[in-house]
Amino acid sequence: METFLGIDYPTLWFLVVGAVFSGYAILDGFDLGAGALHLFFKKDISRRIALNAVGPVWDGNEVWLVIGGGTLFAGFPVLYATLFSGMYIPFMLFLLFIILRAIAIEFRGKEEMKWWRNLWDVTYSISSMMLALCLGIVLGNVLKGMPLTANYEFNGDWLSFFNPYALLVGFTTLFLMTLHGGIYLCIKTEGKLFEKIKKLLRYAIAGFVTLFAILSLYSLIYFPHLSDRFKETPVLFIVPALGILSIANVPRLVSKQKFVSAFIFSALTFSFLLLTVAIELYPRLLLATNNPDYSITIYNAAASDKSLGIMLSFVAIGVPLIATYTFFVYKAFWGKVKIDESSY
Amino acid sequence: MDVEILSRVQFAFTVAFHYIYPPLSIGLGMFLVIFEGMYLKTKNPIYESLTKFWIKIFALTFGIGVATGIVMEFEFGTNWATYSRYVGDVFGSALAAEGLFAFALESGFLGILLFGWNRVKPWVHFVSTIGVFFGSMFSAIWIVVANSWMQTPAGFKIVGEGMHARAEITDFWAMVFNPSSVDRISHVWIGAFLAGAFLVLSVHAYYLLRNRHVAQSKVGIKVALVVAAIFSLSQLFTGHRSADGVAHNQPAKLAAMEGHFDSLAVADMYIMGWVDKEEQQVTGISVPKGLTFLLHQDFETPVLGLEAFPEDERPTQINAIFQFYHLMVAIGMALIGLSLFGLFLMVKGKLFEHRWVLWIFVWAVILPQLANQFGWYSAEMGRQPWVVYGLLKTSNALSQAVTANQVLFSLIMFTIVYSLLFALFIYLLNKKIKVGMEDGDDTLLERPFQKDNPAFIS
Ligand code: HDD
Ligand code: HEM
Ligand code: HEM
Repeated sequence: METFLGIDYPTLWFLVVGAVFSGYAILDGFDLGAGALHLFFKKDISRRIALNAVGPVWDGNEVWLVIGGGTLFAGFPVLYATLFSGMYIPFMLFLLFIILRAIAIEFRGKEEMKWWRNLWDVTYSISSMMLALCLGIVLGNVLKGMPLTANYEFNGDWLSFFNPYALLVGFTTLFLMTLHGGIYLCIKTEGKLFEKIKKLLRYAIAGFVTLFAILSLYSLIYFPHLSDRFKETPVLFIVPALGILSIANVPRLVSKQKFVSAFIFSALTFSFLLLTVAIELYPRLLLATNNPDYSITIYNAAASDKSLGIMLSFVAIGVPLIATYTFFVYKAFWGKVKIDESSY
Repeated sequence: MDVEILSRVQFAFTVAFHYIYPPLSIGLGMFLVIFEGMYLKTKNPIYESLTKFWIKIFALTFGIGVATGIVMEFEFGTNWATYSRYVGDVFGSALAAEGLFAFALESGFLGILLFGWNRVKPWVHFVSTIGVFFGSMFSAIWIVVANSWMQTPAGFKIVGEGMHARAEITDFWAMVFNPSSVDRISHVWIGAFLAGAFLVLSVHAYYLLRNRHVAQSKVGIKVALVVAAIFSLSQLFTGHRSADGVAHNQPAKLAAMEGHFDSLAVADMYIMGWVDKEEQQVTGISVPKGLTFLLHQDFETPVLGLEAFPEDERPTQINAIFQFYHLMVAIGMALIGLSLFGLFLMVKGKLFEHRWVLWIFVWAVILPQLANQFGWYSAEMGRQPWVVYGLLKTSNALSQAVTANQVLFSLIMFTIVYSLLFALFIYLLNKKIKVGMEDGDDTLLERPFQKDNPAFIS
C-alpha cells in the first residue's frame, strides 16, 4: 500500500473528504442558518437585507457540496453508492429543498405583492431548515450504522432513516447552523435588524448547547462503539474538548460585539465536531449493524491507490488555487450589505 | 413498472432537463467575454449595456444549471449504485477533477461577475468573467470525458468478480484521451456556442422588430452572426469526426443511427426516412452508397449492420435513434444555411431591412436547443443496452436497495419541481427581456431601485 509521510492513501483521502465536508458545513452552514432565521424578520426591507447578505455567496458555497459529493464518489465509491441508495428518500428530499430554495431566492424579489413575497419567504426559510435537518439526519445514520448485505447494499426498512437518534443529530445541526448564520448576519447588518438578530442569537446558542448535551449522553449510552477509540486513546478527548471550548467562547465574544472572532469560533466548532465524528468512525465508515464483518471501512470502500494518488495530486494543485480566489471574492464583498441594482 | 424503467426515465428526464441550461451558460459565457472585452477596449457604452444585460440572462441560466446539476451528481449514487461501485475508480477521478478545477472556478468568480460591477475594478471584473467562462468550459471537458469513457472505455483493467468486480484505472491519460473524448468535447462545446449565439440573435432580432435598443441590437446581431457562422461550419467537421469515431468504436450505434441491418451490403446515407425494425427496412430519401463513401472513401466496402450483433447487444429503439440523429444533422445544416444567409445580407448591408429575416432569427433559437438534446438522445440510446460499452449492461447497473415505489415518488417529485422550475425560467427570461437594457428610454418603470421611481420598494 502506498503511503505519504507514513500515512496510507485511503486515510489521506478520508482527511480530504472530511475537510471538504467541514468546509461545506461552515460555508453553507451560515447561509442555511441565515435562512432558518429569515421568518423572524418582519419588514420587507429587513428580509431583503438578510437575503442579500448571503446573495453573492450562497451559490458558491453550494459548490462545496458538489465537490464533497465528487470526492466521496471518487475516493470511496462503495460508501457513496451504499449511502446514497440506502437513504434514497432523505437524499431526494434534500434535492427537492435545494431546488426550492434556489427558486425562492430567485423568485422573491420579482413581484411586489405581499402574498407573493411571503410565499417565497416561507419557502426559503423552510427549505433552509429542512436542508440542515436532512444533513444532520444523514450524519446521524452514518454514526449509528445500518444493516448491510455482503455486497454492501443497504438491507433494512426504507423508513428506518427516520429514528430518534438521527433526528436529534438533525436538530443539533440545525441549531448550530442557525447560530452560525446569526453571527454572520450580525457581521452583515446594522441598526434595529442587527439588535434583533443579536437577541435571536442567544436563543440559538442556548438551544444548541442543550441539544448537544443530550446528544452526547445519548451517544455514550446507546452507541458505545462511537466512544471506543476515545477509551483506547484518551488524549483524543482533546478534540471534542476543543469543540466545546470554541462554542463556549461564542457567547462571550458576541456580548463583546466581536462578531468576526465569534464567527471564526463557530466555524471552528464545526471543524472540531466533525473531526470528533471522524475519530469516532475511523477506519470504519459505516457500521453494518446486522453483522460487523459487512461494515464499510475506508479500505474496502476506497478506490485503488493509483486513482487516489492521481486525485491527491489534484487536491494539492487545486486547493491552493481555490483558497486564493475564494479569499479575493470574500474581500470584494466585505462589509455591511448594500442594496443596489444587482441585488435580489 | 420496474425499477429499471423508472430509473432510466428519471435519469433521462433529469439530465435532459439539466442540459437545457449548460449550453446556454457556456455559450453566453463566451458572449460576455466578447462584449466585456470590447467594452474595456473601446469604452463604447453600447458594449457596456450589452454586457450588463447579458449578465442578467446568464445569471438565470447558470443558477438553474447549478441546481439541476447537483441532482445529476447525486443520482449516480441513489439510482445507479452498482454502476457507481463499478466505475467509481475511473469515473470518480474525472468527477473530482471537475469539482476541483471547474466548478470551484466557475462558482468562485460567479459572485463578482453577477454582483461586482460597481464594486471591483473593471479588469478584476473582466478576469472574473473569463474565470467563469473557462470554468464552464472545463466542466464540460470533464463530464464529457467521463461520459466518453462510458462510450469507449480505455486506460483501465477489471479487478474482482461478480458484484465485487470493478474497473480500476491503469493509465490516467489514456482514460482522459479515450478514443471518443476529443471529438465529442469539441462537438459539445460548439453545440453550446451555437446555443448561445442563437439566443443572442433571437433576443436582439426581437428588440429590432419592436424598435427598442436599436443601436445595441445591431451590434449584438452582428457579433452573434459571425460566431454562429464560424461555429455552425465547424460543427459539421466535429460531427463528421464523431460519426467516424462511432463507426470504428461503436459499430452497433452507427448501424442504428443509419438504420443499417445487413452487414454484407454497402450502406446508403439517408437524408430522412422511417425505420421498420420488423422488416429491417428503411423507407426514405437517401444518397445511394453515401455512408460507405463517407466511411471508406469508396463505393464497394460493406458497412457492419445490426444483424452482426447478438440480439441482446443491439440498441432497441432503432427508429428513435435514427430520427434523433437525422434531426440533429438536419438542424446542423439549417444552422449553416441560416447563419451564412444572415452573413451574406450583413455584408450586403441589407440585414436589417427585412422583417421576415428578423422573425426567422427570433424563432431559430429553438433549433440549437433541439439539436443538443437530440444529439445526446442518439448518443445515449445508441449505447444501450450497455451503460459502459461492452462491459456493464444498464440492467445490471441499478441500486439493489431501491424499490420501484421510491423511484416513482422521486420521479413524480422531479416532474412537479421541474415544471415549476421551467415556469420560473420562462417567466424570468420573458421578464428580463421585456425590461430590456439600460439605455434610459423605456426602462424607468421597471427599475425599482431608483429613488424617483414611483414603484420604489422600501
Ligand atoms: C456540456 C456540458 C455539460 C454536461 C453534458 C453536463 N453538465 Fe452539469 N453543468 C455544466 C455542464 C455540463 C456547466 C456549464 O458547468 C453547469 C451548467 C450551468 C452551470 O451553472 O454549470 C453545470 C452544472 C452542474 C453542477 C453544479 C455545479 C456548480 O455548482 O457549479 C453539477 C453537480 C453538474 N452539473 C453535474 C453534472 C452531471 C453529473 C452530468 C451528467 C450526467 C452533467 N452535469 C451534464
Ligand atoms: C447532458 C446531456 C445528456 C443527455 C441529454 C443524456 C440523455 C440520456 C438519455 C436519454 C438516457 C437514456 C437512454 C435510454 O435509456 O435509452 C441516458 C442514459 C444515461 N446517461 Fe446520459 N445524457 C447526457 C449526458 C450524460 C453524461 C455526461 C453522463 C455521464 C457522465 C451520462 C450518463 C448516463 C447514464 C449513467 C445513463 C444510464 C441510464 C440509462 O441508461 O438509462 N449521460 N442519458
Ligand atoms: C452538422 C452535422 C452534424 C453531424 C454530422 C453530427 C454528428 C454527431 C454524431 C455522430 C454524434 C454521436 C457521437 C457519439 O455518440 O459518440 C453526435 C452527438 C451530438 N451532437 Fe451532433 N452532429 C451534427 C450537428 C450538431 C449540431 C448542430 C448540434 C448542436 C447545436 C449537435 C449537438 C450534438 C450533441 C450535444 C451530441 C451529444 C454529445 C456527443 O455524443 O458528442 N450536433 N453528433
